[in-house]
Amino acid sequence: MLKTYSYPKFEYRTPPEIASGQTLKVPVVVVGAGPVGLGAALDLQLHDVPVLVLDEDDTVSIGSRGVCYAKRALEILDRYGVGDAVCSKGVSWNVGRTFFREQEVYNFNLVPEPDHHRPGMVNLQQYYLEEYLAARAASRPKIELRWKNKVVSVAQTGMTVTLKVETEDGFYTVETDWLIAADGARSPIRRMLDLEIDGKVFMDRFLIADVVMKADFPSERWFWFDPPFHPGQSVLLHRQTDSVYRIDFQLGWDADPEEAKKPENVLPRIKAMLGDQREFELEWVSVYTFQCRRMGRFNHGRVLFVGDAAHQVSPFGARGANSGLQDVDNLGWKLKLVIDGKAPMALLDSYSEERIFAADENLVNSTRSTDFITPKSKVSRTFRNAVLGLAKDHAFGRALVNSGRLSVPAFLTTSSLNTPDCAPDVFAGRMVPGAPMDDAPVLDNGEQGWLLNKVGNRFFALYFADDPKSLDAATVATLSDLSCAGVAVQPLVVSPKPGAAPGGIPTLVDARGIAAQRYDAQQGTVYLLRPDQHVAARWRTLDAAKVKAAVARATCNA
Amino acid sequence: MALNLNPNFAEAGKRYFNAYAPGDDFYEMLIGAHRDLSDEQSELLNARLILVLANHIGDLGTLREALDVAREGV
Ligand SMILES: Cc1cc2nc3c(=O)[nH]c(=O)nc-3n(C[C@H](O)[C@H](O)[C@H](O)COP(=O)(O)OP(=O)(O)OC[C@H]3O[C@@H](n4cnc5c(N)ncnc54)[C@H](O)[C@@H]3O)c2cc1C
Repeated sequence: MLKTYSYPKFEYRTPPEIASGQTLKVPVVVVGAGPVGLGAALDLQLHDVPVLVLDEDDTVSIGSRGVCYAKRALEILDRYGVGDAVCSKGVSWNVGRTFFREQEVYNFNLVPEPDHHRPGMVNLQQYYLEEYLAARAASRPKIELRWKNKVVSVAQTGMTVTLKVETEDGFYTVETDWLIAADGARSPIRRMLDLEIDGKVFMDRFLIADVVMKADFPSERWFWFDPPFHPGQSVLLHRQTDSVYRIDFQLGWDADPEEAKKPENVLPRIKAMLGDQREFELEWVSVYTFQCRRMGRFNHGRVLFVGDAAHQVSPFGARGANSGLQDVDNLGWKLKLVIDGKAPMALLDSYSEERIFAADENLVNSTRSTDFITPKSKVSRTFRNAVLGLAKDHAFGRALVNSGRLSVPAFLTTSSLNTPDCAPDVFAGRMVPGAPMDDAPVLDNGEQGWLLNKVGNRFFALYFADDPKSLDAATVATLSDLSCAGVAVQPLVVSPKPGAAPGGIPTLVDARGIAAQRYDAQQGTVYLLRPDQHVAARWRTLDAAKVKAAVARATCNA
Repeated sequence: MALNLNPNFAEAGKRYFNAYAPGDDFYEMLIGAHRDLSDEQSELLNARLILVLANHIGDLGTLREALDVAREGV
């Protein structure tokens, strides 16, 4: 039992279908109420799609799992309505220290880039994240959560997916048009459908301990390579909420997990690491191995795989839940358009393609970190140690030290949904087609806000103007017209000057010009933004035909 | 030519959105080049690599500096 956290117990109710014997028919079922499944449900309800969520358990994630939620995940959580809860409960850290043997080789201070709503990351135990997501989902009228409802079989025929669900009161059947499989790394759905997931197990074991520190201890990330208290291996110390610290001890492949977990073996390790005088209490201990693998495709007819069910990475770089939330961010709007008949099924292929591109980036990065932390050969260890030695005095050495690269969203630059920049338009900066949007402070009706909180859930056309009042009638008509198209595009004017654009077009004030700078915008620049806050296309001048063609392309209607 | 000790990896025509990416690309190539080699073969590969790179740099002043930096921590 944890000392700092009491697990909520979500109420199980007997499903009415058990007594009635009727088949339940719903448009979308999500299997799994982990962070990713709950995210999927919250995304779809934003699009007004009713969702049934089934989970075999009745509480949140047990023990030591996710810790670190990165900026992009926080921005998605903002859209789902839990960003504030996560950020205010979570702890921020900026200072990281890297040790090699007995010495600190260097430290870094990740001062957050100013003028973004969310920091690079916050640390928070996964059970809090899930608790907030579950509470939010429970409060949404379009979401029905069924705890202690276990899916035991699945079949796909034509346009329907049929599930058999087991509860303590018996079985019932659900028929659905769409199934989102968010049932975790072991994904029973994946197995029941006989689908493969390929990759490898890292030949290493990690002892993961959560400890409560009795005394003050800095909010920093400490990473040791080959420390005297744990020779030949690596150790990571990370701060979480409630004075709980996460400690990862690399054990090597030959370690006996049961032995390693015993308090009489764990306590001396931690004491040696902290020095004997610091008081702490053990909260949770487990031994993990990690896999790096993904499915060949994430959509199989009407079954859509998200999160750990679709891909798994080692935790160095915190890419599991972070990337899972980006999966559902990418999927929600596409599924909505397909359900509404406004886009073909092919749009769901782009879900698979884009998220596989991102998953591969995550796999590459976490594999590289793992290879650096756990060198596989003598020469590789020599290079690793040489890098650590050089890091003490030389910037290039520090840049090569890889104890986990912070999770950042993929730039979907190769996506077929993008409309590439077209001559003579030339842009500087990072906001290329496919880029996840940069945030910027804006004023909305005199109130301080953030660009990312003003867009999303549908397509937007961001129109940059020197003065909103000066928009001519033709521009106003073109912009207003976009919102009436089959796939509606909401116009939004951004200007350094206050004032309202004619025709009731919403206007944001970019008082310090930060949005214009980050988007390399000039008078008349237009950005077409996807509902998941990625850039779809951009132009130096507004042309209705071009915007419409780009929307068609971004929705597989071209 | 002064010895550059700041991060300096890049690939022509390739756009990087994360500062660590080109260095990590290089490191993976480097370790990959040693795959399946015995320790002795790896040592030989390293020696050959140093000779190739040294010739590419050419400037003896720079190489002297590099040798000093490398030797300092050994
Ligand atoms: C030690 C460790 C550290 C980590 N650190 C981080 C980190 O810092 N940042 C990060 O982003 N990620 C981290 N992760 C990864 C993160 O925990 C996972 O990626 C994340 O939990 C995946 O979420 P999910 O919703 O896809 O799956 P899960 O959280 O596994 O949820 C799956 C759900 O499906 C339900 N289910 C399964 N089968 C059925 C069935 N047949 N019927 C009904 N329900 C079913 C389960 O009850 C469960 O609730 C870490 C993981 C570990 C182990």
